[in-house]
Amino acid sequence: MSKQPGSGFSRRGFLKGVGITSVAGGLISPAGLTSAIAAEGDVKGPGETPITLDVNGQKRKLNVEPRVTLLDALRNRLDLTGPKKVCDRGTCGACTVIVDGKPVYSCSMLAVEAEGREVTTIEGIGTPQRMNEVQRAFVKHDAQQCGFCTPGFVTAATAFVRANPKASIEQVRAGLGGNLCRCGTYAGMILAVVDAAKGGSNA
Amino acid sequence: MPKAEWPPAEKRTLIGKPIDRADGPAKATGTAKYSYDINRPNMLWAKVVTSPHPHAEVAGIDTSAAEKLEGVKGVWKDEAAKEVNYVGQIVAAVAATTEEIATEAVSLVKVNYNPLEHQVVDSDPELFKGDPNKRDQGNVDEAFGKADVTHSGNYGVPVITHCCLEPHGQVAEIRDGEMYVWPSTQNVSGYADRGLSEAAGIPQNKIHVDCQYMGGGFGSKFNPGKWGTISAALAKQTGRPVKLLLDRDLELMIAGNRPSGFSKIKVGATKDGKVTAFESEVWGTSGMSGNPPDLMPYVFDKIPNQRRIVKRIQTNRGPAQAWRAPRHPQNCYLTLAALADTAAALKMDELEFFTKNLDLTARPDVYKEELEIAARLVNYNQKKHVRGDKTPGPIKRGLGISVHTWGGLGHDSECDVTVSPDGSVEAKIGTQDLGTGTRTVIQQVVADTLGLPLDAVKVQIGKNEFPRSGGSGGSTTIGGVSTSSRLAATAALNAVCEAVAQKLGTTAENLEAAGGAIRQVDKPSNRISWKDACAALGVMPITKRGTQTRNEGKAKGFTNEGVGGVQIADVSVDIETGVVTLNEMVAVQDCGLIVNLKLTESQVYGALIMGITYALYEEAVYDPKTGRMLNADMEFYRLAGIKDIGLLKVHMMTGKGYDDRGVIGIGEPPVISPGAAIGNAVANAIGVRVPSLPLTPDRIITALQKEGSIV
Repeated sequence: MSKQPGSGFSRRGFLKGVGITSVAGGLISPAGLTSAIAAEGDVKGPGETPITLDVNGQKRKLNVEPRVTLLDALRNRLDLTGPKKVCDRGTCGACTVIVDGKPVYSCSMLAVEAEGREVTTIEGIGTPQRMNEVQRAFVKHDAQQCGFCTPGFVTAATAFVRANPKASIEQVRAGLGGNLCRCGTYAGMILAVVDAAKGGSNA
Repeated sequence: MPKAEWPPAEKRTLIGKPIDRADGPAKATGTAKYSYDINRPNMLWAKVVTSPHPHAEVAGIDTSAAEKLEGVKGVWKDEAAKEVNYVGQIVAAVAATTEEIATEAVSLVKVNYNPLEHQVVDSDPELFKGDPNKRDQGNVDEAFGKADVTHSGNYGVPVITHCCLEPHGQVAEIRDGEMYVWPSTQNVSGYADRGLSEAAGIPQNKIHVDCQYMGGGFGSKFNPGKWGTISAALAKQTGRPVKLLLDRDLELMIAGNRPSGFSKIKVGATKDGKVTAFESEVWGTSGMSGNPPDLMPYVFDKIPNQRRIVKRIQTNRGPAQAWRAPRHPQNCYLTLAALADTAAALKMDELEFFTKNLDLTARPDVYKEELEIAARLVNYNQKKHVRGDKTPGPIKRGLGISVHTWGGLGHDSECDVTVSPDGSVEAKIGTQDLGTGTRTVIQQVVADTLGLPLDAVKVQIGKNEFPRSGGSGGSTTIGGVSTSSRLAATAALNAVCEAVAQKLGTTAENLEAAGGAIRQVDKPSNRISWKDACAALGVMPITKRGTQTRNEGKAKGFTNEGVGGVQIADVSVDIETGVVTLNEMVAVQDCGLIVNLKLTESQVYGALIMGITYALYEEAVYDPKTGRMLNADMEFYRLAGIKDIGLLKVHMMTGKGYDDRGVIGIGEPPVISPGAAIGNAVANAIGVRVPSLPLTPDRIITALQKEGSIV
């Protein structure tokens, strides 16, 4: 599968995704869909299909049904449980991973779509012994409580800081608007991300 | 001999300090394993079958088609299910080799229902039939007759949900006649109850509970619940580990609701602003049990003449669970909104009015001091105006005040501190860290007590094999675990002192721990390093237990109860769109002796944000016709985002009069006031009361239209 620009769905990817899941039933005639995909070649499924994911710099081979999301592939097949499953429909950002440099909701991308792309999860961003600047700032400013939303926020913030190295408070508020926290850690988070953008948490 | 009592300020090395969260790096790097993250070898996924009807007779459950699906390994049916009482009620479950197959199998289970009449509306008091619960105090009718000013109004707070980001559920595994469970719980020591034991056929003493990290509970995660017992039953049936965590829609529908509270209130006051009479009729729902929050009047509970009527509205909705400070946020909003409206009727400033009536509360001096600080922090006197911002244009700005109270006495807790001959130290407690910082504060207390650096102490929590400790509810954890760990560490220290006293040529009574050494109190140069002192213990480690009980902990001053807090909100409202913007919010709070200032402030910031969320956005919307929750997702059940919170200021009361009260919990108190403070600020801005939370644009516009302020 060729590397696609941007993030998220292509029309082709979308058709392939829904084509072999039960949600397509009744919406699109299966026969018509099959021929549409066949015309483009590269049919996945039904049933499990072998794929190779490029995750955190490693090639990982696994078998998934085409209906499996990238999030479920990471969590349930590769035991990469840093990205969390919360809303499971692209609202809360707890499942955020970086795909080809951009933050993506991994609950809203199919695993088969992620083939040929560079996927970075929270596990590939830093470790407790070697945290990146965002992670250090999250600890310093206590931008976490229960911590369940934290991996998604840290991942989104890492991508944000790389793209906006001198972000203001207002830019941080806008840039992290795609993630939600229930414990209410936003006050520390704003300070943390502004600090990380300045490279200020190296201490 | 070192004493267990809390050290004076100048002697505290770690207690009270703003120390980073011990598990911060684990959480920030995604290495912290939550119950949802536990993947066991050969594990099955379970999904539940739930009722689409709010009320129905169950005529039969047919799982045969699901059982034939390849990959399905187990099926559970509620054999006793005769009737379902709310949408989402669990009637069956399946376990399969993948999550996707389990989801598909659920759709193949056929349940026959005979729908019955249902009722999900909770806002109409006429739905209550029978004799309401009545309480009268003083002479209410006479007091209203004599009042110079009388205000009447209706107010409401709808049902909201907990919306824990980690859903309810667990992983269960049975091996060699013992069961291992990894639940998402706030009650590690008490989790393995009889229901869980019976579901798996495993005695309670053979159930091993392990919860190292959990993604939010807020009062809703004390017991295994049906999701716990079903996963245990399926683990027994299949002989394989089973993971069952609720999907998001069910998490919102059935895993915890906060009861609604509606009220018709009448307040009588003198013309100089003293409240003399308060009458409230309160109703609402907690699902089938009905009970509305009934602490009326709230905080100002010494109003001399009071009448309270309580009506339970039974509804076919998911069951209620304790939600941070049960009953308080609703009753705070209902009472404080009515009182602020009384101030407005008197054309009196809200701060002056509340201050004038503080003698009707339990802690007038604390509230007075806190109100002064809050007013200063928000620049109250520069910003204040009588109700209705007269500034031209569509943006109206206003201030609103609220006050609240909570208990927070430390629960029963036991802690073992083990000191090894090499000087290493370990503390074990069967408690849990909900994100409040429990791990961190235990480490602080033990290290401070032993005169050691923080990282010299290893803390183990989250397992029921450790000394038992209470569930984390009602802001009781910090008072409990800080006391039990202090007692255990002091006992261990005394044992070490005994072992080296002779060597130092003195008695244990004349020794203390400081700076990594045991030294003579009146001659600090006579000392021995901690490591060398511990070598004197011989070859065996020593373990000492600290036992904290509620009564003794309070009597001896380790923990206490009864705190006061005040909050002031500063909002802007666009009267053309009805959108409320939070400019600033100030919280001033006491909680006795603060063990970790940084994490305490985090709790208060978090409570403010959770409060802003229920004040402005949260409501479980039910369709009367189908009985279904219409927003069981996170698009339309809205949580505040990072853009929605404004500038937050937190001020903790410390020092004399506060530190000397002992340790008191902080989880509940600051989440109580935001609804009332923000509601009062909106009324102060736009000149009319928006009766019910959340303060959504449609409610703002409707209230303005009703009052004729806009057409």
